This record gives sequence, structure tokens and C-alpha cells, in this order.
Amino acid sequence: MADSKNIMIVGVGGQGTLLASRILGNVIIDQGFDVKVSEVHGMSQRGGSVVTYVKYGEKVASPIIDKAEADIILAFERLEALRALPFLKKGGKMIVNDRAMNPMPVITGAAEYPEGIIETLKQNADVVSLDALELAEKAGSIKAVNVVLIGVLAKSTDIPYDAWVETIKKTVPEKFLEINLKAFEIGYNL
Amino acid sequence: MKKLLLGNAAVARGAYEAGCKLVSSYPGTPSTEITESVTEYDNIYVEWAPNEKVAAEVAIGASIAGGRAMSCMKHVGLNVMADPVFTVSYIGANGGLVFCVADDPGMHSSQNEQDSRHYAEAAKIPMLEPSDSSECKEFTKAAFALSEEYDTPVFIRLSTRVSHSQSLVELCDPEEAPLKDYEKNIPKHVMMPAMAKGRHVIVEQRTEKLKALAENCAFNTVEKNGSKIGVIAAGTTYVYAKEALGDKVDYLKLGMVFPLSEKLIKDFAADYDELWVIEELDPVIETFVKSIGIACKGKENFTLLGEYSQNMIKKAVLGIETEAIADPQIPNRPPVLCVGCPHRGTFYVLKKLGVTVSGDIGCYTLGAVAPLQSVDTTICMGASVSAAHGMAKVRGEEFNKKLVSVIGDSTFIHSGITGLIDIVYNKGANTVIILDNSITGMTGHQENPTTGKTIRGEATKQVDLELLCKAVGVERVRIEDPFDLKGFEAAVKEELAADEPSVIIAQRPCALLKSVKYTGHCAVDADKCRSCKMCMKLGCPAISFKNGKAVIDKSQCNGCGLCVNVCPFGAIVKEEK
Ligand SMILES: Cc1ncc(C[n+]2csc(CCOP(=O)(O)OP(=O)(O)O)c2C)c(N)n1
Ligand code: SF4
Ligand code: SF4
Repeated sequence: MADSKNIMIVGVGGQGTLLASRILGNVIIDQGFDVKVSEVHGMSQRGGSVVTYVKYGEKVASPIIDKAEADIILAFERLEALRALPFLKKGGKMIVNDRAMNPMPVITGAAEYPEGIIETLKQNADVVSLDALELAEKAGSIKAVNVVLIGVLAKSTDIPYDAWVETIKKTVPEKFLEINLKAFEIGYNL
Repeated sequence: MKKLLLGNAAVARGAYEAGCKLVSSYPGTPSTEITESVTEYDNIYVEWAPNEKVAAEVAIGASIAGGRAMSCMKHVGLNVMADPVFTVSYIGANGGLVFCVADDPGMHSSQNEQDSRHYAEAAKIPMLEPSDSSECKEFTKAAFALSEEYDTPVFIRLSTRVSHSQSLVELCDPEEAPLKDYEKNIPKHVMMPAMAKGRHVIVEQRTEKLKALAENCAFNTVEKNGSKIGVIAAGTTYVYAKEALGDKVDYLKLGMVFPLSEKLIKDFAADYDELWVIEELDPVIETFVKSIGIACKGKENFTLLGEYSQNMIKKAVLGIETEAIADPQIPNRPPVLCVGCPHRGTFYVLKKLGVTVSGDIGCYTLGAVAPLQSVDTTICMGASVSAAHGMAKVRGEEFNKKLVSVIGDSTFIHSGITGLIDIVYNKGANTVIILDNSITGMTGHQENPTTGKTIRGEATKQVDLELLCKAVGVERVRIEDPFDLKGFEAAVKEELAADEPSVIIAQRPCALLKSVKYTGHCAVDADKCRSCKMCMKLGCPAISFKNGKAVIDKSQCNGCGLCVNVCPFGAIVKEEK
């Protein structure tokens, strides 16, 4: 069980992390692995911190990822990447969308948005940082941010390129398919 | 065929495969998706009821009439439906009757973290607890059969992690479960003292039979790894323990958590130098184990609070401490009202007026978060109205002139209307604001009796909130737009001044509804902005303050226009593209 691959997806409620974890879950079952995907619904989806766990391997017991257990963390936002850092294994990989969304305590002036997050992350992890919003725009829609990030993630797994493309074709509605495939490719070839 | 399913969707699948005829529920995280998933099956009658008590009674009626039936709710929903539940334990089940309750250890989306297992014991109703989606389906199917065989309702207990985790489920064809005959049976179905006395005897006999079943129940399993340490666990804590401890310990996994199996536990315990009971929330299993004279380790090494995890179990049982990077000291990110949320206008006005706000449960509970910080109290669904009545009665007229209740449309129908009747009947003069956003927002957008649509999206009669309030005797009822800040403020002032009960229906749809089409976005003209920070009081996540001026993040703003109404200098302008 210790050999399951553990991926954590973190972000801000409403950013589309759920779709990302669904695509990921579906790719994994098509590869014949056992898989558990743990999502958040409810309160925190209203703009709070959201965390999704995806674990796969021969047999997965627990659906959650504890501190120092994640092989890869995919962060949709910088501050959330930093918050999730303790969950990364030693030598784990952090893929981070280099974007800041101010949480309410920062907006009200009760706290400050920390500086130098990417540098802190780099001291502790193997970091890939990118501006997924810009890349999604290049692909044709800012809504494709999550698929750009899935593309980057895909490159870090041992699941073949074609399997991802197949799953995206199955999950994404026809009229957004072209944009999403392009977004995936941009992320994958980053 | 195997499919990746949410635990909740797997419960729905189990009901379908068991030939369930009816599901009636009220939404509540983390249980909501069970009932939503039932809509995938055309041959099951499914509905959102106005509250959990009604939902449970609908299911009970269906069961008495001979059909397999289910009702699903969050843990606190079980409090609301407790009355019929305790008595249907005496009546039993004709068609299989299942109550599926989802607990929320860690309070991801709840106002408390009560442990539903106490209800099973108190109401003498058997309870099964699955640990993953596959078991969710199997246990639910088995629950219907168990219900009919033992003439009892059956609880399925879930928790957030089981409800909201997806794992693989083998799909099967549905069973035939034809309607059973309905027969008039006064001693069994009419619970008045004479009959209930007879039924109570049967309930106690049934519990003895269920205890015997628990000894051999296929859902209670022993797993030997040749260890000197034995672990008893159920549901989530079984899978956490399994991952943390692997084959270093032996396991007794309990799938049936009420009644507990004395002999099975004694036999298992006999083999170990060290016995652990690992369970979240209250020490229910541990107390039982100790009561039958078996020493075990449990709560003193864990906690009554929140969720367990792998590392916690590793540390307690094996003494292994996990090394991890320290938690960074950074601002937290609490949930907030969405951009364009209609409730923001209401709370902005209430904060400005400095009134006491008797609050309730829904998205609008977030009106308690800075900077709005408008809400004074939140207890349970419906309490905004009745608690304000109590406040006004002890503190008097002056206090009542600066006191409002706020309650969502779904919550008002759930249990706010009864409080309003109390106010009218007992000569109160409260001001109640119904936040009518045309949906049940907090739990993920469910239809309700005020929206005009059923759970399957079919058009239906719509409860007219204005007429309803008038019908119970409130003469001052008015509909206002909470984004018309001036008009809304004037309305609240007028109703507070009135010496009789009044209701303001704050009507504007939830910004996330497909029918709501805000376009473009707003921008701050930096030359006009005089840094007054009025717009910051809205707590809109798209507005922040940089270098002494307000700025709007275009990628977040949805163009709702509320901030335009707030800026005294006309510095905020709407841009269409
Ligand atoms: C007894 C009980 N049942 C269910 C819930 C879950 N729940 C919390 S708020 C809510 C409904 C909110 O809808 P509404 O009142 O329309 O307000 P909105 O969220 O749309 O603003 C529900 C079902 C609960 N907290 N308590
Ligand atoms: S879901 Fe709707 S009602 Fe709830 S916070 Fe968002 S906009 Fe407001
Ligand atoms: S910035 Fe203004 S227009 Fe945009 S969402 Fe916030 S309140 Fe509405």
C-alpha cells in the first residue's frame, strides 16, 4: 500500500479543481489501477481552500493523503501551494500555477499575502511554476486553465500521452474539445 | 462492469439494484449527492422534501405500503427526523426501509460533529458502516434485505470521507423487488400506548436476534497477519489504519456498528497482547468493549475532536513520528460569499444600520465573516426566526427595533415558517428577512418548494412566500431587491419601526444560477477613487486595495454592479467587455 502514487490537487473553491481530479481519476482507471479520489463539496467550495486527493496503485486503502505523503502536488494558486507544502514527500514535485488570489483576511487588511512563495517552495521541492492563465488564453479560453495544469501533471506521471487524450475526449463536451486538447498539449510540452 | 463512483453515488446505485421504489430526502452536506444520484434511475420515485422529518415520514409511508424506500440526510438532519425514527423502530418495515445518515467529523460543512451511532443504540435500529464506495453499494443493498427480514428500519452510516471519495464499484443488474402486500394491521401500525407496549417487547426481542446476527455477519471481518497487536475499527478509521499499519497488526473490521457482537469481539481480543479500538468522534465501540470486560487502548491515545489520519494512527499504535515540513504561518482562506452574491447587498445594509442579526444556516451564514461580520447568531435551521422572538420577549421593544432575522428560502420552508407563526400568535413584532435567492445554495443548488421545479427539473407549483406569510397573519409583507441598497435600507428601517410583525422578502437570484446573466465587469477609475474604502466593506473577493486605491480583479469580477452603487464618488464604472 505504501507504493500507491499520491497526487494532491489544491486551489481555491470555484477554480475547477474538481474537473481536474475527475479527468485524472478516469485516466487512471483506464490504466487498470485501483484508485481513490477524495473531493470536497459544500462550504469550502465558496471560495475557501480546497483540496482533492488522488491515489492510485495496485490497491489503495485510505482515500486521504497525510503530511509527507504526496508524490506530486498540483496547485492552482500560489498561497495554496505553500499551504499544502507539508504534505509533500521529501523530493516530491510541486507544480504551481503562479497566480495570486487574495484571501479575505488579505483583502480586509488583517493579513498580508506572503512574498517569495515560489522561492520558499523551491527550497523544499522540485518545482515547476507556470502562468496557466496565460497559456490557457493562448489555447483559446481562460477556462482551460485546469486542463493546461493537467497537461503539466501528465508529463510527470508514467501514464502515456494517448491515454490522457482519450480521457479528455470522453470527459469534455464536443464544442470545447479542440480548445481543451490544445490546452493539454501546451501544458504537456511545457 | 466497474465504475469509479462517489460513495454517495454508490449508495444510490445500491438502492437501485435493491429495487428501491422511493427516495425522499432533504439536502445536507455530505449526504446530498445520494439523492441527486438517484435521479439517474428513472424507475425510482425521488423527491426533495421540505425537511428531514417530512422526508423520513414519506419513506416510512412507502415502506408500510409495501415498497422499498430510503431517506438520506446529514447528521443534524437526523435530529430533525428523530421523532418518527424512534417510533418507526416499533412499527418495523414492510417494504425495506433504509435511513442513510452522513456524519461530518472535522466539520467540513457543519455546525457540530455529533456521532450518529448514538441514535442507532437509542432507537434500537441496526446500523451498517461502509468504508468505501464498493461497500456503500453492497451494504445499502443488504440493508434493504436486512430490513425486511428483521422487520426493522436500518441505518447506513457514512462520513464525509466515505461520501465524497470515489472508488471502484462493480455494477450489477437490479433485483426484482415487487411491492409487498399492504394489510391493515392496527397493533403493528397504530402506535398508541396499548399497541406500542406490545411492539416494544418485539423490539427488544429483535435486538437480541440482531445481536446473534452480528456474531456471524458477513460485514464483520477478521484479518490475521500473525501480529501480537489487534485493531478494531470501522468505516474510515479501518482504511486509515490499514494504510498506516499494513500487515503489522491484525484487524477486526466492523461493518455492523449496532448492535455490536460480544462473542466475536471477545474471541478476537483473546489472541492479543495489545488491543486497540480506533474510531473517530465518540468512544462508542470502545465503551462497549470495556463494558464486556475487555481492556483496550483507545481514546486516551487519540482525540474526541475532528478526523483521524494515517500519521496519527502510526504514531499512536507504532510510536512512529512522521517527519514533515512545518506548517507555514500564512493567512488562512475561509469561504466567502461568491462574486455577485445577492446576500452581500443585504448584509452591507444590515451592517450599516448596526442591527442585531439573528442568523440561520445557508450561504448567508457567511455574512458572519469579515468584513461584513453582520450575523450575531447561528444555531440550527429555522432558529433565526424563533430565537429572535425569544430575544425580543426578554429584551423588549427597544431591542426589537434594532433586531432582524435573516433566513434563506429553503431554510424558511424547512422550519422558519413555524417560528413566524409563533411570532404572530404570541403578539411579537419582529422583522424577518427572507433571503430568497431562488435556490438552495449552500448545499450545491437544489430545487425547493419555492423554486417551482422538482428534483428532476419538472415544472411544479411554487410556494408563494408573500401569500404564505400573509396567510399566517403577517400583514406587512414586502418584496425588495437587496442590490437596490437605498431602497432596501429604507425598507428595513420602516419595518423595524412598525409595531407589528413584518417580513421583507429580499429577492434576487443566486449568482451561480444559469439563468443569471451578469455581463462584463467593473473597473475603478484611479483618478476618481478617493481611497475611502467604502467598496471594501462589501467583502467582494474581486475588490482589493493596492497602493492606496481600490482595484478590481477582472478575472474574478462577474459584473454584478453592486460596488457601483456603493462608491460615493462614481469611481467604479461598468465596462461591457
Ligand atoms: C437540519 C439540517 N438539514 C440540512 C442542513 C444543511 N443545510 C445547510 S444550509 C441549507 C439550505 C440553505 O438553503 P437556503 O436557506 O435557501 O439558503 P442559501 O444557501 O441558498 O443562501 C442546508 C440544506 C443543515 N445544516 N441542517
Ligand atoms: S452560491 Fe449563490 S447564494 Fe451562495 S454564496 Fe454563491 S452566489 Fe451567494
Ligand atoms: S467587483 Fe463589483 S461588480 Fe464585480 S463582482 Fe464585485 S461587487 Fe460585483
